[in-house]
Amino acid sequence: MSARREVAIVSYAQTSFAPHTKLNDAELVMEAVTAALERAQLPRKQIGFCVSGSSDYLTGMPFSFVGALDAVGAWPPIQESHVEMDGAWALYEAWVRLLHGDIDTALVYAFGRSSLGDLQDVLVAQLDPYYLAPLGVDPNSLAALQARALLDTGRASERDFAEVATRCKRTAGGAPLDAPYVVSPLRAHDCPPVNDGAAAIVLAAGDRARALCKRPAWIRGIDHRIEAHSLGARDLTRSSSTTLAAVEAGVHTAPIEIAELHAPYSHQELIVKEALQLGDGVRINPSGGALAANPLMVAGLARIGEAAQQILDDNARRTLGHATSGPCLQQNLVCVMEASS
Amino acid sequence: MNRCAVVGIGQTRHAQKRTDVSIAGLCREAALRALEDAELTFRDIDAVVLGKAPDMFEGIMMPELYLADALGAVGKPMIRVHTAGSVGGSTALVAAHLVQAGVRKRVLAVAFEKQSESDAMWALSPKLPFQPPLMAGAGGYFAPIIRAYMKRSGAPDEVGMLVAVKDRLNALKNPYAHLQMPDITLDTVRASPMLWDPIRYLETCPSSDGACAVVLTDEDGGRRAARKPAWLWGAAMRSEPTMFSGRNLVDPRAGRDCAADLYAQAGITNPRQEIDVAELYVPFSWFEPMWLENLGFAEQNQGWRLTADGVTALDGDLPINPSGGVMSSNPIGASGLLRFAEAALQVRGLAGAHQVDGAKVAMGHAYGGGSQYFAMWIVGSEPR
Repeated sequence: MSARREVAIVSYAQTSFAPHTKLNDAELVMEAVTAALERAQLPRKQIGFCVSGSSDYLTGMPFSFVGALDAVGAWPPIQESHVEMDGAWALYEAWVRLLHGDIDTALVYAFGRSSLGDLQDVLVAQLDPYYLAPLGVDPNSLAALQARALLDTGRASERDFAEVATRCKRTAGGAPLDAPYVVSPLRAHDCPPVNDGAAAIVLAAGDRARALCKRPAWIRGIDHRIEAHSLGARDLTRSSSTTLAAVEAGVHTAPIEIAELHAPYSHQELIVKEALQLGDGVRINPSGGALAANPLMVAGLARIGEAAQQILDDNARRTLGHATSGPCLQQNLVCVMEASS
Repeated sequence: MNRCAVVGIGQTRHAQKRTDVSIAGLCREAALRALEDAELTFRDIDAVVLGKAPDMFEGIMMPELYLADALGAVGKPMIRVHTAGSVGGSTALVAAHLVQAGVRKRVLAVAFEKQSESDAMWALSPKLPFQPPLMAGAGGYFAPIIRAYMKRSGAPDEVGMLVAVKDRLNALKNPYAHLQMPDITLDTVRASPMLWDPIRYLETCPSSDGACAVVLTDEDGGRRAARKPAWLWGAAMRSEPTMFSGRNLVDPRAGRDCAADLYAQAGITNPRQEIDVAELYVPFSWFEPMWLENLGFAEQNQGWRLTADGVTALDGDLPINPSGGVMSSNPIGASGLLRFAEAALQVRGLAGAHQVDGAKVAMGHAYGGGSQYFAMWIVGSEPR
């Protein structure tokens, strides 16, 4: 394999991740995309490849990504693709496309309005339609099964969960252990909020990245892996796909300073942190992570964007962004970024 | 950019209702056939790319999660593509990108639709701005575009019927095809009910359950392939907005731009002469002549003459859809990948009874949305 082309994140932008937005999908995307392009000072016409991530099940209509494309302005016609996944996987597709060498820039965006429906109902449709979805088990209950399994190993306690929640949600006085359970052993502070939002990232290769940005966040490694869907087919207290993706992405070749982990539930941060073998010196989720704001389909891309921003802002030299998808951390993506090329 | 080869192809028997298999079973049927063709196993695959049209067709949100096991993806990267009706083609392109970029060596691309799980017509009836909410499926959207083409080109009424008959007769030579209509004639097509004027019942595609799978490898894999591979010569995708004043819906610029990019990559200057066979995404019969023009096989308003003169027949000079095409099998999410796979089968010489003699260069084409998403590839019998 020949030496890979160097690809970097040169700008990141997001909308506010509010509990409910009055904007439609295209308006949300417009805000994020325009801000990301302005930060990179990249005219729309110079985007080499465009790829997005979203889910029709949030908008509640088929082909919802088609209308959102209006925010990009696909005229004259553009090279464009879409994944029905978190935008982090769209970023992966853009990275692959930039390695080809014929184009130098790519725009990645993701959008999702979780507030339009009841996620506890909507996400049931994500489960095995024959054996799991008919049981109607909601995402909080699935996460609770995982949290219980983790408690049973003795590797974590409910107090550990609360400490994660306190840090991410910046709860004054700490997350109370005498609060009632939402689903035992998870309390409200252990569960993600419902948010709407969009995020956008501009990628560029080689010298184009250096021209667009003073301090690009160079993607040193990026990989993603999936596990079995069935909860009984995996150890819910470990994230083997995260571990594998981390090795492939070269996480352990040098120390990570800041890690943005996509852990919608507090106990999941502990599982992912362990799977990544991150030491205690690593700053985890200074943004607050998905426990502070969890716009579905966007939150994973936002983790990578936040981790990249730390490099763009000269706060760190080596950061990690992580994204997850599916029930109980079924699928995971790891992206390692560095300041120097 | 690294070379890429198609070394394995599989598809299901397509039918109105495949009640004998689950969704996972349907996908596995295609995937296992592709692996068998390549003489590989799931263990040899580095990454899996899954494509399908809207999740609401089956009522499962992001079904790739549940299909990870069935498609041998556990412990591997898995990507889910959705670019409307072109998605089957885009699935192949996203998989090819991984190989061309040198990121993966062997990639399995799978696309499916199990239309019998729902009534796709209503998912295909979105409310568009400035239009009455009476779309009634894709036919309602495309009928006015076809009328515009008929008016502009002055093509005789019969051209659409010729395509409808030709593709169904081709399907008789394809054991996987959904529609098997040995008795179809111009008269039966003409007599069939008018669904969306000018589209008659027999001038439209069926609703099918089905899946298609393709194994793509790097150059080394192509050289060591169990059977003759198809070599990727060019791959392109383009998108344009659904609607704006002045948009040419009959001859969309995204399709023209996509073809131009594709031909440049493949070194093709005269597609009519240099491409031996094409599998085009023709869900309504009239789209054959329309795409012949859009893709540069014919001058504007002249595409219908190729159809009328028998050029696009299986024994013609430029056979279009020898497999029977979308007109004979339409598992929507898989329909694009089927076009790409059938093109590859032709240059591998493995298309069976619908093989075009001596096919060395073939095109696979897919489109989606309101004629706004395009994905295409050109494959050759030899590397380029």
